[in-house]
Amino acid sequence: MTDTPKIALKHVHKRFGHKVVLNGIDLEVGRGESLVIIGGSGTGKSVMLKCILGLLHPDSGSIKVDGEETTRLRPREREKLLHKFGMLFQGAALFDSLPVWENVAFGLIQGEHMPRAKAKEIAVRKLAAVGLNADVAELSPAELSGGMQKRVGLARAIADEPEIIFFDEPTTGLDPIMADVINELIVKCVKDLGATAVTITHDMASARKIADRVAMIHQGKIIWTGHAKDIDNSGNPYVDQFVHGRGDGPIQMQVRAL
Amino acid sequence: MQFLAAIGRTFLVFLTQTGRLALFTSSGVSHAIRPPLFLRQIIRQMVDIGYYSLPVVGLTALFTGMVLALQSYSGFSRFQAEGAIATVVVLSITRELGPVLAGLMVAGRIGAAMAAEIGTMRVTEQIDALSTLSTNPMKYLVAPRLLAGVTMLPLLVLTADIIGVFGGFLVGVYRLNFNPASYIARTWEYLEPVDVISGLVKAAVFGFVIALMGCYFGYRSKGGAQGVGQATTNSVVSASILILILNYLITGLFFSTK
Repeated sequence: MTDTPKIALKHVHKRFGHKVVLNGIDLEVGRGESLVIIGGSGTGKSVMLKCILGLLHPDSGSIKVDGEETTRLRPREREKLLHKFGMLFQGAALFDSLPVWENVAFGLIQGEHMPRAKAKEIAVRKLAAVGLNADVAELSPAELSGGMQKRVGLARAIADEPEIIFFDEPTTGLDPIMADVINELIVKCVKDLGATAVTITHDMASARKIADRVAMIHQGKIIWTGHAKDIDNSGNPYVDQFVHGRGDGPIQMQVRAL
Repeated sequence: MQFLAAIGRTFLVFLTQTGRLALFTSSGVSHAIRPPLFLRQIIRQMVDIGYYSLPVVGLTALFTGMVLALQSYSGFSRFQAEGAIATVVVLSITRELGPVLAGLMVAGRIGAAMAAEIGTMRVTEQIDALSTLSTNPMKYLVAPRLLAGVTMLPLLVLTADIIGVFGGFLVGVYRLNFNPASYIARTWEYLEPVDVISGLVKAAVFGFVIALMGCYFGYRSKGGAQGVGQATTNSVVSASILILILNYLITGLFFSTK
């Protein structure tokens, strides 16, 4: 039973109109593992995460969480399953109409029907865990900098102490120092919770810091997986080109001539 | 053949849109009548729709009642029928102008705001974030707005009726020198409960339509700021047109046999 992967995808396909985005994804994530998925823009990384969460429905294939098939869950069962997940969105996706503390406590109040006072206490503790003091709790998300919004998003993702946490481009748009702070926080939070983490990123510094294992996605398929320490010696020309950020190589960008 | 294909394509798009709207409506209504309900959200929407729309709806009703009295006088005085002015004002306001003008003003104020707010939440992934926090967006965002629209519009229209009739009274008494007591007596003389009730039924239907259009176009918006702008325009235009069409149908339902 302990060998059952936390998340397992088999032959997952997804297309939008004529555009094939996921073209037979096969991927397993072990319990407590931190997997980083790298790949260019538009290769299907975010779509894959959204398929696992049920925000998008795959056209075919199997997605299992803790060994249970999730592609045909009813809405109520899906809501229950989502209690296992936390997610940090690329733009933080904080609710503008609510103060910071209520953003962090949202899952506790609405999902678990916790009294507001108790949920606020937990929210303030979670904000402290990501390096934000209690004064921030009463601010509106619009009053925060990009880095602070990411921290609040992280606090919200971990507030419910989920078993699985997804990070969608956690360092995009941040300066290198703030990006490193966020990476450190991600590593600490995941370790403290003993959670399984899946991160998608273009940022190789982030990938090296967060990952136990790295997978590369290209044209809707996983083309390489390996330990984080092997990423510079993958022997895969696609991975080499991506890791070193070279224009020349097997990955050809679709650039139209002027 | 090209021409026929274009007609066919347009018809298919129309059917698809109608089907989508029907599914959205049934899902929204089913969430609005099934517990649990988000009371805090419902109250917030009620205050937004009911309380904050009062000034604009009140001013519209006041000046409409005043203009109606002036115009009726200039027309009816030619036939020595000035005595009918109070009756014309009260019946026009309660049956037609109160609900339709309040509906159109609220469609512009609230329908646009709903589409913009939900549309922004869609394009900034806040709606996806709701789902990952085990909260059904239809229940949290759409159901409270539908309930608030259906309950608040009749109250707004009842207020608009009173203010509109008062506007007619002001012009009748202070500008046209009618006797106040006889103006009030004339106002009550031919007013029947069905005149007010039909207006309130219209208001409830218009409230539902305004909230539905705002939520539907906001929920389906995509493509950033331009998409949100488009959703806002679509919601106001379609709600306004539907208000005018439904006004005719409901009028037919209440008064066709009289």
